[in-house]
Amino acid sequence: MRSAIHFASAALALAALSFGAMPFAVAADTPDPAADAKAFQKFFTEKFPKVKLDDFVNGPYSMNEDMHRQWEEKEQFPPYDFSLDLGKEMFAKPFKNGKSYADCFPNQGIGIRQNYPTFDEKEGKVVTLELALNRCREANGEAPFSYVKDEMAALTAYMAFTSRGKPFDIKIPNDPRALEAYENGKRYFYTRRGQLNFSCASCHVQNPGERIRAEVLAPALGILNAMPIYRSEWGGMGTISRRFTTCNSQIRGVPLEPQSDEYRDLEYYLSYVSNGLPVSGPGARP
Amino acid sequence: MSGTGRANVLKSLALATTMLIAGAASALAGASEADFKAAYAAAEAANKQAASLRNQWTPTAAALAAAKKAAEAGDFDTAVASSQEAEALAKASIYQARSEKDAWKALEIH
Repeated sequence: MRSAIHFASAALALAALSFGAMPFAVAADTPDPAADAKAFQKFFTEKFPKVKLDDFVNGPYSMNEDMHRQWEEKEQFPPYDFSLDLGKEMFAKPFKNGKSYADCFPNQGIGIRQNYPTFDEKEGKVVTLELALNRCREANGEAPFSYVKDEMAALTAYMAFTSRGKPFDIKIPNDPRALEAYENGKRYFYTRRGQLNFSCASCHVQNPGERIRAEVLAPALGILNAMPIYRSEWGGMGTISRRFTTCNSQIRGVPLEPQSDEYRDLEYYLSYVSNGLPVSGPGARP
Repeated sequence: MSGTGRANVLKSLALATTMLIAGAASALAGASEADFKAAYAAAEAANKQAASLRNQWTPTAAALAAAKKAAEAGDFDTAVASSQEAEALAKASIYQARSEKDAWKALEIH
């Protein structure tokens, strides 16, 4: 009962907070991803006029000068290096059938991170890079990796590294299912959930640059461009799947299964609105 | 007020007090295994509905686990109380999912 009362108080406080801030209007009915992306980027560049557009991919480090300096020093000996080496080795090692990851991807998988997630018109669903990697493994008789553990982080770290600096280029084909997936992702992003009654936007749109306990919250713009990340808090590497499921747990929501339709669509939306910003992964975060 | 009227009011008050005491006594009486089973089933049903809305809360699961643990230890009072807490939490998560169906749009950047 106590928890229910806490929920009600949190809901009221957050409702007051959001109506107080209110830089937003009620959504238009016709989906227009290009207009969304433009408004999204405008919102962040106006909120943080000193931050260059490309710098948003550096998350909390773009929000705070001291942290930015710390990060530059950290980048001399990046904590994700071991994962990058492992990923490079894993990527090159052939499967038992003699084929390799390179056989599953365009351009042998090099320099293609900026194109993921894609919309698979045959399947009618969003395909993320993590999902494509596991499908590649399964198609070649290998067991899939956990979406939240080190092997997947290492593989995606290497693939991101080969795309560093390339602008995100997520496509929404002229297919109503693709638009629906995009809209579902957007809805997930803004929907409050968990006992704390937070949406993704509560932290990453309404409060980037502010602290939540000791952490500086990252802006939603460019948040996936740095993935996967080494997080000091985790003491290791984390994939996009790990990030999404952990966010849900932190607000006292039961996480969905990694690579569920909701998370795939969320990744599609968040990546699309960051189109044009460069890949900076693998990244490091406090 | 006439003497009869005052007597009637007093009678009603006495009746209400008796009923309140009886209600409180039944609430204070030790809960049975059957009470726990009923409360737990109601909580589970609500949590299942939250799952169908893809919006379960972790404290609901924790309260359900606490209820089961208390019941296994034979503490049915705690088991019923935890089940009722789980049901309240699950119902709050259902309410949240339903109200957010449209409310999310208010936060969208335009």
